[in-house]
Amino acid sequence: MHNHHRGATAPSIDFSTGSIVLLLPFMLVTVLYLWAVFFSKNNLGWPVHKTLLWIAGVTFVSFSVAGPLAEKAHEDFMVHMEVHLLLGMLAPLLMALAAPATVILRALSVKNARIVTRVLKSRYSRFVSDPFVAAVLNVGGLWMLYRTDLFGLMHHIPALHVIIHLHIFLSGYLFTISMVYIDPTPHRTSFYYRAGVLIVALAGHGILSKSIYASPPSGISASEAQAGGMLMYYGGDAVDILLIILLCWQWYKAARPRNATSKRSEDATLPH
Amino acid sequence: MVQQNSGYWRRNLLAGTLFGIGLAAFLDEAVFHQLLHWHHFYDKSTTAAGLVSDGFFHAFSWFATVAALVLVADLRRRNTWMPAAWRGAVLLGTGGFNFYDGTIQHKVMKLHQIRYNVDLLPYDLAWNIAALLLMIAGTFILFREKRRIHA
Repeated sequence: MHNHHRGATAPSIDFSTGSIVLLLPFMLVTVLYLWAVFFSKNNLGWPVHKTLLWIAGVTFVSFSVAGPLAEKAHEDFMVHMEVHLLLGMLAPLLMALAAPATVILRALSVKNARIVTRVLKSRYSRFVSDPFVAAVLNVGGLWMLYRTDLFGLMHHIPALHVIIHLHIFLSGYLFTISMVYIDPTPHRTSFYYRAGVLIVALAGHGILSKSIYASPPSGISASEAQAGGMLMYYGGDAVDILLIILLCWQWYKAARPRNATSKRSEDATLPH
Repeated sequence: MVQQNSGYWRRNLLAGTLFGIGLAAFLDEAVFHQLLHWHHFYDKSTTAAGLVSDGFFHAFSWFATVAALVLVADLRRRNTWMPAAWRGAVLLGTGGFNFYDGTIQHKVMKLHQIRYNVDLLPYDLAWNIAALLLMIAGTFILFREKRRIHA
């Protein structure tokens, strides 16, 4: 069921402009990525699957912010939730796995690459890529969106729509790269810290889904909220299990027994 | 021969308990929520504390399943996996989770009940006694293994 203030008005010209504004940065980085893969000597032999991961991620982003699916998301809460899962969880994961910073850094001149790494090493970058901060930006942002009037306002103010969708993607991406290290990561944190934050974030996401199920956001019918809440709950689990597997897999690789001189491996393998 | 190292003993227990918790949560979701439809996704009498507790337990068990299996893989590559002790800890974890679920979450926090429109008492008793039996069996195996290793 649609409600009046959203369903009655077809997506206006302003929201179409918003779609283009949203798409632009993604297209720009994609051009940069493809340029780095195909026109840089330093990226000869760049794994094809990484390029494909990037393209898959950007495709999901495009579906989420422009075209029929994005337009339907204005009216249908289920579709809105699908878009949210694609834009905020699946696409960021696929794109992080594509290692965009690695491929682009390799293609840049030393001078330009230094500028980029300086940004990556900055205190600001340390702050926002801290798992806890990233989790607050990500899941905290969702609580703000669904548990305040923001959700209703988003469908009236195109600029707000653009900002919120950018935030959903960026905070999802930030959260992903704060958990698993694919690209150069100057500010690393311990496995246990990341594991703890991931559990809290997943819990926060699950609790919010059930809260949406129980009390619909402004302008959403009860049945829509129930279907959307369940989709958010199980969809979130599905993407998060991938993140959990990647995080544990990285721990498994890092914790491998070292050579015979290391104390740990002696304890583990030599009979006393 | 497996190392008789207390660090690895504890790690085996941790891997088993985590897997047991994950297993209990998975069976709960698959059997009681999805197949039988006895449990409800959300029940109107759910308390806020129940929602929070369920959220954390669900997230924790989701993580625990994967982490436990990776821990087993790590123990195996170090040749320090103790399967019998691990199985004991799995029973302890499964029983412990179900007992918490059956008492605190179902009864105190009213998250949801085991089944609706039936006399709940036999269900609650069966649930919690089964959980206690699992915990007792797990503890028994762990004590036996501990004694066997020290013998």
